Amino acid sequence: MLANDGAHRFSDRLSDSGLDGADAQRVYRYMLLARAISEKSWLLTRQGRVLFSMPCDGQEAADVASAHALDTANDFIVPYARSLGAMLVKGMTTQEVMLNMFGKAADPNGGGRQMPMHWGYKQLGIISMGSSVGTTIPRASGVALASKLKGQNAVTMVYFGEGSASEGDFHEGLAFAGVHRLPVVFFCTNNGWATSVPVNLQSAEPQIAKRAEGYGFPGITVDGLDPLAVYQAVREAVARARSGGGPSLVEATTIRMMPHSSSDDHLRYRTPEELAAERELDPLPRFRDILLSAELLDDESDQALRDAVDQEVESAIEFADAAPFPAPESALNGVYAP
Amino acid sequence: MGEMRLIEAVRQGLREELAADSSVFLIGQDIGVNGGVFRVTDGLLDEFGPERVIDSPLAESGMVGVAIGAAMNGLRPVVEVQFADFIFPAFNQIVSEAARMYYRTNGDYSVPIVIRAPYGGGVRGGLYHSQSVEAYFAHVPGLKVVVPSNPHDAKGLLKAAIRDNNPVLFFEHKLAYNTVQGDVPEGNYTVPIGKAAVRREGQQLSLISYGLSVHHCLEAAETLAAEGISCEVVDLRSVSPLDTETLLESVKKTGRVCIVHEDNLTGGVGAEVAAIVAKDAFEYLDAPVQRVAALDVPSFPYSPTLEDALLPGPPDIISAARELAAY
Repeated sequence: MLANDGAHRFSDRLSDSGLDGADAQRVYRYMLLARAISEKSWLLTRQGRVLFSMPCDGQEAADVASAHALDTANDFIVPYARSLGAMLVKGMTTQEVMLNMFGKAADPNGGGRQMPMHWGYKQLGIISMGSSVGTTIPRASGVALASKLKGQNAVTMVYFGEGSASEGDFHEGLAFAGVHRLPVVFFCTNNGWATSVPVNLQSAEPQIAKRAEGYGFPGITVDGLDPLAVYQAVREAVARARSGGGPSLVEATTIRMMPHSSSDDHLRYRTPEELAAERELDPLPRFRDILLSAELLDDESDQALRDAVDQEVESAIEFADAAPFPAPESALNGVYAP
Repeated sequence: MGEMRLIEAVRQGLREELAADSSVFLIGQDIGVNGGVFRVTDGLLDEFGPERVIDSPLAESGMVGVAIGAAMNGLRPVVEVQFADFIFPAFNQIVSEAARMYYRTNGDYSVPIVIRAPYGGGVRGGLYHSQSVEAYFAHVPGLKVVVPSNPHDAKGLLKAAIRDNNPVLFFEHKLAYNTVQGDVPEGNYTVPIGKAAVRREGQQLSLISYGLSVHHCLEAAETLAAEGISCEVVDLRSVSPLDTETLLESVKKTGRVCIVHEDNLTGGVGAEVAAIVAKDAFEYLDAPVQRVAALDVPSFPYSPTLEDALLPGPPDIISAARELAAY
């Protein structure tokens, strides 16, 4: 765990993980940005300006640090709705995220056709997702199969929650990748909740990573609140995939600080005490404290960073709010490809 | 030109496309060393190797999901679902993902995949090796659905399907594989998806069909001609998109229409054709629109007496046509 292990030990852990100080600062900045977008998006839904949101609060360390382990220019990401942090690392701008949130014509994720936080951006190598979770898992194996057949030196990483791991497509996608030793990393964020259903009702074995053994490749569980642990595990998995060693399953245990979505009320199935206790585990202040003690950050630079991030989000909201909606007459376009 | 069976035409189409385009690969159960349970892919593993003729795990959803991903990364997969009856585990991948990928990404990602599956009854295959499933998919915008009736079209439509940038469902009647023969040109030709063909010219009545049922219509038309009833036979070839122009032209000429398919009646392709005719050729009609289809039971049962009681064939078409002609 990251808490209070002191500057010296942190610097050891940093070098063990393969990150340098600048990387750690970059990861922290993206974590802050993901949190700011998530919080602002939630507020926009409360104000009725945006109609739907899926908060990623609590998951930033896992999403940002895992994506940071990819060759973001050449590798593929198959995301799910809570992968905002990974989208930012992959190159989606805050403005583009907000165009998606507002359903505007210039949204690169589908020109306003997709619900908010349903990512897919071809130019950035982000494979489109729908709302039917788990379908992405064999899709990722297929993207990786094509990379292998074409001799394309790319790794595919697919993000999903532990709930999706109950879908049959999880089994089918991992089995295929194992047989063909495909360059793919299955990245499961296990936050313990699939909307209101706890992980002990998904499976009698809540540790998802154990299933990898059944498909003949490595599985590892890491503390998803610790960006260094996530980065280190994913870096190894990506290196294995890239060198022809086949797939890996990385499970990052995380927390879900907010409801499943803006349409959910988590107080129907969680207690305020439980939520307050979970908030104590928030990866952001913990990582900040570590960076402060390692002198990679000070109070002043932290505040400047937060101000810059807030400003970036505010101006993106303004930009997206003012951008045009898709023309109604375009609703029939693009049912079939030419 | 060479005379060949429908199964050979499909194989030739696959072989030519594999040879011509390195982005084409096959995936399915038993399609490798076994050459497919019907032997459609016989010899292709030896010719093209295990990277391009992939024996899939027994997992239809995964197989189609993998194909979608490979297509989104630049390849043109051709999936074989062993029997159309087993396509349902992949329904979500086909309908929720492949069909709407181009639409939902506003034209950024297309999914050029072909999903081939043998369909149809009359082979004593029972409830799970006999179904016609085209209507489920014809309902879905973003999919194309093709059902060839003869070797020439099977090869030409398959090549068109593989080159198409959309997901195409390609249904081959398993009884037609070895019973329907015909001339197939050498080499490179395609049959356009969405174009029907008039198989027999006639004046009094239009029989509109697709797949193996076209042959039942032709047989019935021969008998009816001897009785002085002149039937036109329209082979839709594609059930989505429908060639409304050709079918309406025929109906406007004859004024009487009977739609024939082996799929069961309710909600079938015949219902869609009937609605199109009712709307756009109403004033040309001299009789109500007729449909000859399988009766509404879940699928064809195994015992011969039961299957034969349900399978539509030439006698059903003949009696429907006589009624129409006498109306």
